[in-house]
Amino acid sequence: VATPNSLPVRPEAAQPGRFRSRLLSTALLLPAAIWYVVLLVAPLAIVIIFSFGSRARNGGYTPGFSFDNYLRAIDKSDPFITSLAMAAAGTIACLLVGLPLAYFLATRASRRKGVLILLLVVPFWTSFLIRTYAWLIVLGPDSGVAGWVNAITGDDGFRILGTPLAVLIGLVYGYLPLMVFPLYVTLERMDRTLVEASKDLGAGRWATFRQITLPVALPGLVTGSILVFIPMMGEYVIPQILGYGRTYLMGNALVTDFLEARNWPSGAARAVGLIVIMFVTITAYLWFVNRGRRTREVSVL
Amino acid sequence: VTAPAVSREAVRPQPDRRGAESRRADRSTALVEGWLRAHTALVYAFLYLPILVVILFAFNDTTRRVTAWDGFSTKWFGIAFGDAVVQKALLNSFIVAIPNAILATTFGTMAALGLQRVGKRVRLVFDALTYTSVIVPEIVIALSTLVLFATGFDLIEAWFGIKLNFGHPTIIAAHVLFNTSLVLLLVRARLSGMDRTLVEASSDLFATPWRTFRQITFPMLLPAIVAGFLLSFTFSFDDYVITTFVSGPGSSTLPLFIFGQVKRGVTPETNAVATVILVFTVGTLLIGQLLLMWQSRRTGRHGDSGMASIVTDN
Repeated sequence: VATPNSLPVRPEAAQPGRFRSRLLSTALLLPAAIWYVVLLVAPLAIVIIFSFGSRARNGGYTPGFSFDNYLRAIDKSDPFITSLAMAAAGTIACLLVGLPLAYFLATRASRRKGVLILLLVVPFWTSFLIRTYAWLIVLGPDSGVAGWVNAITGDDGFRILGTPLAVLIGLVYGYLPLMVFPLYVTLERMDRTLVEASKDLGAGRWATFRQITLPVALPGLVTGSILVFIPMMGEYVIPQILGYGRTYLMGNALVTDFLEARNWPSGAARAVGLIVIMFVTITAYLWFVNRGRRTREVSVL
Repeated sequence: VTAPAVSREAVRPQPDRRGAESRRADRSTALVEGWLRAHTALVYAFLYLPILVVILFAFNDTTRRVTAWDGFSTKWFGIAFGDAVVQKALLNSFIVAIPNAILATTFGTMAALGLQRVGKRVRLVFDALTYTSVIVPEIVIALSTLVLFATGFDLIEAWFGIKLNFGHPTIIAAHVLFNTSLVLLLVRARLSGMDRTLVEASSDLFATPWRTFRQITFPMLLPAIVAGFLLSFTFSFDDYVITTFVSGPGSSTLPLFIFGQVKRGVTPETNAVATVILVFTVGTLLIGQLLLMWQSRRTGRHGDSGMASIVTDN
């Protein structure tokens, strides 16, 4: 999102005019600012403060200052590691599914492009919850995939629901469009003559893909990966519904801490850890993209 | 949905002079083209199959298991609409989604306009807040908002003796946060792509700032504002995670109803409710999309038409 230039200020604006103009600016920004302070800054600040305290007898929070909650979060890092593994697997799966699709849309779809893009957006407009529970039917043991497999093998023990595979399918299904859009945009802008030149110079299909298409798609690839990785790390609904709560991710651990164990400080430390990971990932991403841009410019020169 | 590939191979030199090697290359080309097409078709099937399954099984004339097909019937829609719990949840969904969309669209648009008039530092702070609200995982926002409300309500009760409870206002307040950022981003994107000469011309022609806004800026921003309103509405209408943690007794929305059903076991009634929600949200956004496309065609602007481009831009 580009930063817009400020409106042209008319030089003849007199002193009282300037005061009124500042008043108007403040009034325009005030509601959003109040919302951000009360419902974003304050909750996050409370979570940070709570993460250093300890659990009250009856649950909740007692003031204090210690790193115990963080140490415990590091000690019991299973949900975090599971989340990391699932999010990484989900990102790679989205990439494997999304890259050929984005490539097709950008280079082969021609006139039907608009319709195909719209068809990609429409599921994204629909309820995440409904799209997730739909897989209960599709993968289920009654007349779903697991049922067919059982009918074919004559065995009754095969299950997909309640396994990490079901969670992975749900993750890919839920977030695939977020991977495809940025990939599509970068591939769409790709200079097609580069590919032609590469072919004319005798490069094979694979060499052309690796040396031309992939580098061009890299910014989109990184953006898409970040866009899917972040929500996957904090996912709660999919492991609850498709994983039967057995694939225990960060989101589930947070809900357990806050609501079932009513250990707010412990949950707060986990939440802060998750947020820190998000910001580290995004900062690394921005650094990576900027660095990539610089090297590309250099190579063009 | 099958996607026929229009081959770009016509641009390539004719292969007849190049012999066996190029024939092998052509075969591998055909193979890759075929694979790309099949892959695309499969992905679209993957995207739509679950949705179609839900809709199909909403019309199942069964009294037993959800997925055992017993013939076509619309009876479950009647049962769903007659269900007092569904009626209440539907009402709650509208009570939450409409004020949320109005507030978020107003606040987001106002902030986008205000940010044009202030210095770089204020803009940076706002950018940081906007992106934070989008980046921080929904579950973290939901739980920390819950903790804020719970702690805040306890303090208010201790100090003023007023007992506040979770309900519609807390859900609306929490939804407005995310949606304000959404509208802000959409309207700012539109503002930055706006033709400034019209605004300057208008003020050169002695139009008051208010009149310039009403006759130039606002009409140009309208597509983004409409898109923001509709997306805010559907976000709120479809949201489960934030809603479940900040709702109170009696304020359950439709997604909460569906989640409860899913936990107990999906019934054809669940599918019927889901189908109504699917048709309603997709219908709303499609109408919005058509309006925006119509508007952009009328004003002769090309390249950005509606909500699909909002997602694909950037």
